Amino acid sequence: MFTLAEEQQLVLDTVRRMVKNEIEPLAKELDEQAAFPKHAMHLFAENGLLNALLPEKYGGSELPILTFIMVLEEISRVCASTALLLIAQADGMLPILHGGSEALKEKFLPRLAAGSTLLTAFAATEPSAGSDLAAMKTRAKKMGDVYVVNGRKCFITNGALADIMVLYAYTDPEKGSRGISAFVVEKGTPGLSYGKNESKMGMRGSVNSELFFDEMEIPACNLIGNEGEGLKNLLHTLSVNRLFCGAQAVGISQGALDQAIAFARERVQFGKPIAALAPIQFMVADMAAATESARLLCYQAAHHFDTGEFEQGALKGGMAKFTASDTAMRVTTDAVQIMGGYGYMKDFPVERMMRDAKLTQIYTGTNQITRLVAGRSLLKG
Amino acid sequence: MTDAAQQDLDILRQTVRRAAREKIAPVAAEIDEAEEFNREVEALCWDLGLLTMTLPPECGGWEGNQTNALCTAVEEIAKVCASSALLLIIQAVGLFPILHGGVKELLDRMIPMIRNRRLLAAYLVTEPGAGSDVAAIRTRAVKDGAGWRISGTKCFATNGSVAGLYSVLARSSEGRGHNGLSFFMIERNSPGLSIGKIERKLGQRGSNTAEVILDNVWVPENQLLGEEGRGFVLAMQDFDMSRPAIAAQALGIGEGALEQMVRYAADRRTFGKPLADHQMIQAMIADAGIQIEAARGLVYRSARACDEGRRNTKLASMAKCFASDAAMKITTDAIQVMGGYGYTKDFPVERMFRDAKLTQIFEGANQIQRMVIAREIMKEMT
Repeated sequence: MFTLAEEQQLVLDTVRRMVKNEIEPLAKELDEQAAFPKHAMHLFAENGLLNALLPEKYGGSELPILTFIMVLEEISRVCASTALLLIAQADGMLPILHGGSEALKEKFLPRLAAGSTLLTAFAATEPSAGSDLAAMKTRAKKMGDVYVVNGRKCFITNGALADIMVLYAYTDPEKGSRGISAFVVEKGTPGLSYGKNESKMGMRGSVNSELFFDEMEIPACNLIGNEGEGLKNLLHTLSVNRLFCGAQAVGISQGALDQAIAFARERVQFGKPIAALAPIQFMVADMAAATESARLLCYQAAHHFDTGEFEQGALKGGMAKFTASDTAMRVTTDAVQIMGGYGYMKDFPVERMMRDAKLTQIYTGTNQITRLVAGRSLLKG
Repeated sequence: MTDAAQQDLDILRQTVRRAAREKIAPVAAEIDEAEEFNREVEALCWDLGLLTMTLPPECGGWEGNQTNALCTAVEEIAKVCASSALLLIIQAVGLFPILHGGVKELLDRMIPMIRNRRLLAAYLVTEPGAGSDVAAIRTRAVKDGAGWRISGTKCFATNGSVAGLYSVLARSSEGRGHNGLSFFMIERNSPGLSIGKIERKLGQRGSNTAEVILDNVWVPENQLLGEEGRGFVLAMQDFDMSRPAIAAQALGIGEGALEQMVRYAADRRTFGKPLADHQMIQAMIADAGIQIEAARGLVYRSARACDEGRRNTKLASMAKCFASDAAMKITTDAIQVMGGYGYTKDFPVERMFRDAKLTQIFEGANQIQRMVIAREIMKEMT
């Protein structure tokens, strides 16, 4: 059903090599030191992955969504944080691609062309606006040919590192969620400052920042689309982005399953490898079945996006997100279980995978919200 | 149980709860972060008599209902810091073979020493090649003069590098499987005993987990605990007490996480109302509550049976298995309810989640518990 063109296969082969030689060896250290995967950023830039979804006309790789999620899966198999770098990069680009005028696209997107290591970020979440994004408080007031922004954002992936950031703020609070607008903000804009980087349980090789805007002026021409189109733009990006999170979760599951299988073959108890014990066989079978199901759902959603069926892509991508992340949580928990005391120690990567998996149930819309969205879409008349 | 005994347990619960809230909760995050055994918490537990609970009552132990009392204290401490609660469990587990297998001469010497020098005990059973499969133990004890020489490597030993006493399970005769294992008591300063690797773990990081290497350690005959070849039986009896205690730890972790989840859901507003008013959140809180009450029932039923000398193997395994699976689910859900905040180190639920996972693994992985439970049920029914 999902046969890859030669070109796509080539991308995946390159990624697999990169993962094995350059990404896997550093995964543990990134987690331990809560460090940003700088080495991967350069590798991704050199190999056309940092702008994977950017159209060719702006100098990007313009990969099909299916290829991109396969790339995410391969990377997440050994280091979910490193895959998150690519996801955050896509998140920061998509709102401009989806909603920006041609002039705005021309202004910013070519900067992200071939070889560029510029990073992007997607700034929506606030301390009191998580699932309930319409509760955001950041304000952008038009004053002549600039917007003056005041407020703050939190948990923004690559926030403190991004050169180009998409920011959501109220231009007209009276209009409720239709009063939200989206803007492009450049690093170094006066009035933009950074707070703490969060100390997290997992995905520690990614930077999550607090951002503060104090009388920050941005050119009026940096508005994405029209005033009031912010929420629509945001939801559009989230619709695609959820699939990326799903693919990341599939990769985490597969990575944990790989580890559990290798361990079960080696570990001898009761006179034979534990792989010969029925309870272990059952666990591995369930883990693999759930992982494969989640993977196919992700591929199905990607296929819809690639063939222009956006609504179907969004629906199945949302389902893929909660299915794959719930699967990742269960599979990683079981992988630690199969590996027993060893799995619980820092000497093996499964404890990290279990910590990483938890975030996939939360970010880019908690699984509760994602289920609501899917349920409503299925139930509407 | 008499009313007076129940009253004593209630007082114990209140005392430990207050101490845990006031003295342990404030340092729990730091203990986890620093990955260090906390001497002040240990001193507090000695002061409260929590590390001598299983000694004979005339020697400072709890009067009657010892397993119940142990579970009560463990549960209260685990609500705020599972690592600290583990200290009590391992003390009881490590002392068990000594107290139940040691000859009078040994006990007369050791019990005052344990109390006066505040000695911690560790339990050396697990080996790199012998986890769930205890019969695969390779550590050997060979008769030598008026005693035994013991050699081998034990791993994942809780309190391994901070203990003063060790209960060691070793093979004392070849070719007899389970029946060739015996327990010995070894003191920390015995020549030939050294500490290997200190483990770095996902959770329960405030508990010390170490490799202990025994290189021709000699012990006198009176440090053989119980009859030769009966070590496995002693280990199984120890489980009948320790599994309810591990279950109590899991119960405490679950309760701690539920409390955090409820407090957050009451404070946090989304879509114009408190998070707690959303039905999906209520369902998660309800599920956590159901599991906690069910776990509580199993924990204390299995503890009572142990205290009353009734066979509790099935209930103890059920308690351990159910409570630990519940703790894993509740802590996973607690982070979920708290979203991005729950995932950060600023709130304790991510620590509880990491701590909970160990309860599904140690004192017999839950896969082993299910085998034990099924075997017990089938024995009862045939």
